[in-house]
Amino acid sequence: MAINFLYPDYEVARNCDRCIVCRACERQCANEVHEYVDTLNKMVCDDAKCVNCHRCVSLCPTRALKIVKSGNTYKENMNWSGKTINEVYRQAGSGGVLLSSMGNPEEYPIYFDKILLNASQVTNPSIDPLREPMETTVFLGAKPHNIERGEDGRIKNNLPPQLKLSMPVMFSAMSYGSISYNAHESLARAAEELGILYNTGEGGLHEDFYRYGKNTVVQVASGRFGVHPQYLNSGAAVEIKMGQGAKPGIGGHLPGAKIVGDISRTRMIPEGSDAISPAPHHDIYSIEDLRQLVYSLKEATDYKKPVIVKIAAVHNVAAIASGIARSGADIISIDGFRGGTGAAPTRIRDNVGIPIELALASVDSRLREEGIRDDVSIIVGGSIRSSADIVRAVALGADCVYVATSALLALGCHLCRSCHAGKCNWGIATQSPELVKRLNPDIGYKRLVNLMTAWQHEIKEMMGGMGINSIESLKGNRLMLRGVGLNEKELSILGIKHAGE
Amino acid sequence: MKRVYVNEKWCLGCHLCEYYCAFAGTNETDMARALKATIKINPKIKIEEKDGVSFAVSCRHCKEPLCVKGCITGALTISADGVITINHDRCVSCFTCILSCPYGAVSPSEDGAVQKCELCVKTAKGQPACVSGCPNGAIVFEERG
Amino acid sequence: MKYVIIGNSAAGIGAIEGIRQVDKSGDITVVTNEPHHTYSRPLISYLLLGKVTEEKMKYRNDGFYAENRVNMLHAVATGIDTGKNQVILSDGNRIPYNRLLVAAGSQPFVPPFEGLDSVADKVTFMSLDDARKLDGMIAANKRVLIIGAGLIGLKCAEGISSRVAHITVLDLAPRILSSILDDDGAKAVQNHLESKGIEFKLSVNTKKFDCNTAVLESGERIDFDILVLAVGVRPNTALLNDIAKAERGIVVDEKSKTTAPDIYAAGDCTQTLDVSSGQNRIMALLPNAYMQGECAGINMAGGEKVFDRAIPMNAIGFFGLHVVTAGNYTGDVYSGGGKGDYKKLFYGDNKLNGYILIGNVEKAGIYTSLIRERTPLDSIDFALVCEKPGLMAFTKEERKIKLGGGAS
Repeated sequence: MAINFLYPDYEVARNCDRCIVCRACERQCANEVHEYVDTLNKMVCDDAKCVNCHRCVSLCPTRALKIVKSGNTYKENMNWSGKTINEVYRQAGSGGVLLSSMGNPEEYPIYFDKILLNASQVTNPSIDPLREPMETTVFLGAKPHNIERGEDGRIKNNLPPQLKLSMPVMFSAMSYGSISYNAHESLARAAEELGILYNTGEGGLHEDFYRYGKNTVVQVASGRFGVHPQYLNSGAAVEIKMGQGAKPGIGGHLPGAKIVGDISRTRMIPEGSDAISPAPHHDIYSIEDLRQLVYSLKEATDYKKPVIVKIAAVHNVAAIASGIARSGADIISIDGFRGGTGAAPTRIRDNVGIPIELALASVDSRLREEGIRDDVSIIVGGSIRSSADIVRAVALGADCVYVATSALLALGCHLCRSCHAGKCNWGIATQSPELVKRLNPDIGYKRLVNLMTAWQHEIKEMMGGMGINSIESLKGNRLMLRGVGLNEKELSILGIKHAGE
Repeated sequence: MKRVYVNEKWCLGCHLCEYYCAFAGTNETDMARALKATIKINPKIKIEEKDGVSFAVSCRHCKEPLCVKGCITGALTISADGVITINHDRCVSCFTCILSCPYGAVSPSEDGAVQKCELCVKTAKGQPACVSGCPNGAIVFEERG
Repeated sequence: MKYVIIGNSAAGIGAIEGIRQVDKSGDITVVTNEPHHTYSRPLISYLLLGKVTEEKMKYRNDGFYAENRVNMLHAVATGIDTGKNQVILSDGNRIPYNRLLVAAGSQPFVPPFEGLDSVADKVTFMSLDDARKLDGMIAANKRVLIIGAGLIGLKCAEGISSRVAHITVLDLAPRILSSILDDDGAKAVQNHLESKGIEFKLSVNTKKFDCNTAVLESGERIDFDILVLAVGVRPNTALLNDIAKAERGIVVDEKSKTTAPDIYAAGDCTQTLDVSSGQNRIMALLPNAYMQGECAGINMAGGEKVFDRAIPMNAIGFFGLHVVTAGNYTGDVYSGGGKGDYKKLFYGDNKLNGYILIGNVEKAGIYTSLIRERTPLDSIDFALVCEKPGLMAFTKEERKIKLGGGAS
């Protein structure tokens, strides 16, 4: 066998004084890292197979396991990091494009962490959300510019279709195929209980989940998989996916091996055929083309459902958003470069797109400048990690946020970033039945509800501290934000002052 | 009464219920200390598995318990609230209960008696250890019709 | 309501518990000719072995009679006046009843051997008094001759083997435990018992006794100090012989009722339908006795209960070797069992008829249940269950009922 140059990234550290050889680690590792040796009555490990997903660590009943970073090092080099060297070795061995999963993990600025929130002192009272009303409900959709009256003088209802959410959060698009049936069920049930929405992604909607339609955003993407009239009308809104933060400019590819059974039926493509989503929509080469699709979908849904257009945050995002706002879309969704994925070429994921904070600020400013901000609502996603990120996003101008990675973490994901291998030990990013059953939706949905309920409490607390009692009053309220360690240009794009100013 | 119910749909075959059961049977507070020296545990709940299907089997606490009715010594009794327990002092290991139990949920124990799930009523763990130890909700302790 | 129960063993106790499930207040009188708290008859060999004490032989706790408000009457019932609904006692007293249960059990059968009277130390092995008597006889230098290699004789042998000089077991049959084992199984158990020092003489006919010597048909003479007669048992049907239908045992229906009005019978004195063979037989077994007694009690008190799942079944062990059997041994045979274990399943007509397990008896109840419930074998994975008893052999839906308490 040729030398592959690659040394394991992680080591499984087993405390043999605590290991009782129950073999739970062995039974639960789809990567076959652990093995029982009966002649020794001991467990042994193959570290090279470990993806650091912590399934074994979590299940070990005696806390005998931990995963540590391999101590193996190359000669120190600030230019040639170990990771860079390993990627060269890997490609020299395979000849292939590097694949990655989940969001961009590289060391770029995280603007959310450089923005601080305000609080009331002396001159304006803060509000205790436990004692006084605090509104987190939001409505998404175009808002009418003026009041229209009928011949009888009564106000005409000229409100376009709206989405009502109990809090400014939705679960963002993850297709049935990229995540499991049980993950979808968990998201759907949680959305229903929370009074928010989840998103089908480009995989169609499993017939079992039509019952959650009121809490579902159905997506139409470049592959148009699983799209039919009943599908479009089953959801509360339709989302046209133009791009995705994790892989702006490229399409998707679900290998034929995963197109089996229900997934094939739901996507409406033959079993075993590759599901290729083209990079562009082949019928959209302009805002006018986009408008055609927006109105096709509105026509198909009898103008009763808002249409969302989702784009990746890229360099000229503000101009693109302006065009989308004029295309007839009700809602624009912008996905930042930290957004996750089930699989993307590493180079794209780690090098393309811009931070959501900057994209959001510039889109909001641009639409205001053009007087069309009320024509659309803005949803942002791409690494909303906490309730504080939501508050920042809303203050920067968002109507609502999309969360996916946080939701997956609630379901058990440990961000091992090996989704593309299809052997998710947590039953999320896999279609293998014995792995899928590891995610019991009864448990999963409850954890999602817990997380969002906790965030809602925190949002109320932070808003109360600022003396604000509704999301509407926080929206675009950039005075509530101050930057730390940001330069003039960054502050000006974000439209916020520096701390101390 | 509350009983232990098993839903094989969620059983992962991880066998942790067996270990939590064996641990509950000891007086230790730390599982490593309790079971470190044990080469093979002898739990009262046991996993059956084959071809990707797995499920845990423990005493069903039948309303008409053949084991209690057949017990030749009176060691197996059913309490007023329906829990079937074994008095190890009274058991002579005749195995009539093993012969009788339609679930195969009674097994020999190391102390010369038989053993069976007693819903952890003697271990003061609050709820059966298998239930709290199951990572996937495949074993539940609840009231059903 | 006045309930009278004749007998204080498993069936009688079952009846008390059965009555009290339905009727908390009626008068219950138990007539027993044994002056003991209810005790477990099968434990008498364990008493000699030292594994239990007389205290631990109690089949129910000391407070049992009081808790269930039972009047205990140590007396011998000699007759039943069905006209007046009264039980006649040997002292002439009469006890009125509204419902009567005869759970009189069985008694050892002692063949009329020539010269039996000349044997000084002889005992049957059925009751606590028998065990006490034998306990008083045995000593380290005594040789014991046991007539009968059935369950009673062999449990007796196990009970006393470490406390006597030698044990010889005789039987007319060519194999030991002939009622519950086949030839190969019997041989396996016999080898085990022989390794523990017990000597067998099988297919022999005892001709007569001459003081401390047994003379066989063949002319062989066997000297002994103590004689244990364990040839078999006979149901105590005398009380009902002229009143209700009795064949080999008292005939009862599914509700444990005899053909006589207001009179029920349960336990070793009755004959019951063996669902594994479809034949009526005497199944002198504690579990069946209890369940039949409980069934009788519930029906006596006005409840509804049938006992229609009786099958012969035995769990017995000798010096750590466990033997579990059930049903009857007809039909096709599956032979299996790992190293040192013996397993035979008998099946036919899409049903499991019976089984013999020696050594590994894990989950035997799964097989028992298949026989008792007459489970169609094509509804389960029979090949799997043969190899390994378990719920895996059932369908998913069936398991849902068994483990999930119904559809969930």
